[in-house]
Amino acid sequence: MNSKLYDKIATIYFYVVATFLIVFLISLISYILYQGRTRLNIDFLTSPPKFMEVGGGIGPQLFNSIELLIITLIISVPIGLGAGIYMAEYAKPGLLTEIIRLSVETLSSMPSIVVGLFGLLVFVTMTGWGYSLIAGALTLTVLNLPVMTRVSEDSIRSVPNSLREASYALGSTKWQTIVKVVVPAAMPGIITGIILTAGRIFGEAAALLYTAGMSSPALNFSNLNPSSPTSPLNIFRSAETLAVYIWKVNSEGLAPDARQIADGAAAVLLLMVLIFNILARWLGSILYKRMTGEK
Amino acid sequence: MKKIEVRELDLFYGEVQALKKINLDVEANSVLALIGPSGCGKSTFIRTLNRMNDLIEGVKINGTVLLDGQDIYKEVDVIELRKKVGMVFQKPNPFPMTVYDNVAYGPRIHGIKDKKKLNEIVEKSLKAAALWDEVKDRLHKSALSLSGGQQQRLCIARTLAVEPEVILMDEPTSALDPISTMKIEELIEELKKKYTIIIVTHNMQQAGRVSDYTAFFLNGELIESGPTDQVFYNPKDKRTEDYITGRFG
Repeated sequence: MNSKLYDKIATIYFYVVATFLIVFLISLISYILYQGRTRLNIDFLTSPPKFMEVGGGIGPQLFNSIELLIITLIISVPIGLGAGIYMAEYAKPGLLTEIIRLSVETLSSMPSIVVGLFGLLVFVTMTGWGYSLIAGALTLTVLNLPVMTRVSEDSIRSVPNSLREASYALGSTKWQTIVKVVVPAAMPGIITGIILTAGRIFGEAAALLYTAGMSSPALNFSNLNPSSPTSPLNIFRSAETLAVYIWKVNSEGLAPDARQIADGAAAVLLLMVLIFNILARWLGSILYKRMTGEK
Repeated sequence: MKKIEVRELDLFYGEVQALKKINLDVEANSVLALIGPSGCGKSTFIRTLNRMNDLIEGVKINGTVLLDGQDIYKEVDVIELRKKVGMVFQKPNPFPMTVYDNVAYGPRIHGIKDKKKLNEIVEKSLKAAALWDEVKDRLHKSALSLSGGQQQRLCIARTLAVEPEVILMDEPTSALDPISTMKIEELIEELKKKYTIIIVTHNMQQAGRVSDYTAFFLNGELIESGPTDQVFYNPKDKRTEDYITGRFG
């Protein structure tokens, strides 16, 4: 009698929680999109910002966000995946492994502003690069490595041992087993890790204020000289991202339509994250299907 | 002709001794069945023959295992050894890849890239594992879409593809239905013409049906071994008789 009652209560509880969460998320997303609806047009997405007058766009910031995402992923995925593989396949249980794990976990709960100041000290000042895309990307790598490492380690660990045994029994080396069997089987989890990382790259502001900078030189897309400050290929240029711009416009924007710009940029940011997630999952599933032969 | 000779083999998991002074010969082109109750060391023993125990932390091995007269722990490279001594596991464990890629996996890691050659190997191996007719139209579908029995024969085909000389089977039918089991047993009968087969089994009838020789393990010791008929109908040791007649285990 009692156990049935508890079962019913639990069921109701979970339904209520799930419904609440979904309603909350949907209203949040619709609110942001609704507020920003007037700005969701090509002109806003491509034109440069204006400081004192109405009608500025977010072109360079949007581009910087995407470029920063790509550069950060290029740096952090190989390192994070490599560390995950090490932790799952090579690290022997013991003091050293525990210290590494503890450090990774501590690093993952570090406030991003602290990571940002670390980036300012190391990647901006010590290297002499100044506020730059590359300093921002390296700072975000520090911020994201724990998650990337953890998620890769977990998804590699969850690959059944029977697959490793099958591979070894055919005469594979450890390396062949990892590359040809373990990592492909862990791919869905690794993709999830990349998506989580990417979401943080798009959304991060605090860690970028003092690393990638709060200004963005006008870009000339026909300029392919990587050392020119107006070239989109120059990774040593200062590059304000969308999230940083939203923060800046909100707190110190001088344009009369600052509020609308922030709303529009927030909606664009949200859509970007959404599009990236869908794209990454779609690509991941194609990759996985190609490898596994599932149709 | 003796394919494998095991001499005074001890195996320890840390402090625990799992195998005690095992002495056993395996005839070429025959089927040897390893029987005994759970935990008697038969699976541990079969895994010493392709050095799968190397993968487990804290395993220590004394004694010698000779394959064609060569000590596999001292004179043979482990990769070469596993090419010669293939293994089929208890639960079918195909890779999450296509049927074709599963079979081609071994040849590929050993450096065969030629598409025509690979096609030949895949077809030959699947035919030898009596699976070709069932999968020839879906070579490029996922191996996980096959039934359990088909998956196990695929694992056998995958093993055959690297052209081993010895095939180890660790309870290969324990997760399968009777019809799939029958197919695998028929396959073993066919395979022993070319390969030396060592099979761990829980199933007395299976040991009786497929094997030429039988070895009975108990508590890490090899109690008795010999031709299957003799071990089954005329056992020398009381414990063997008790086990075979179903008094324990």
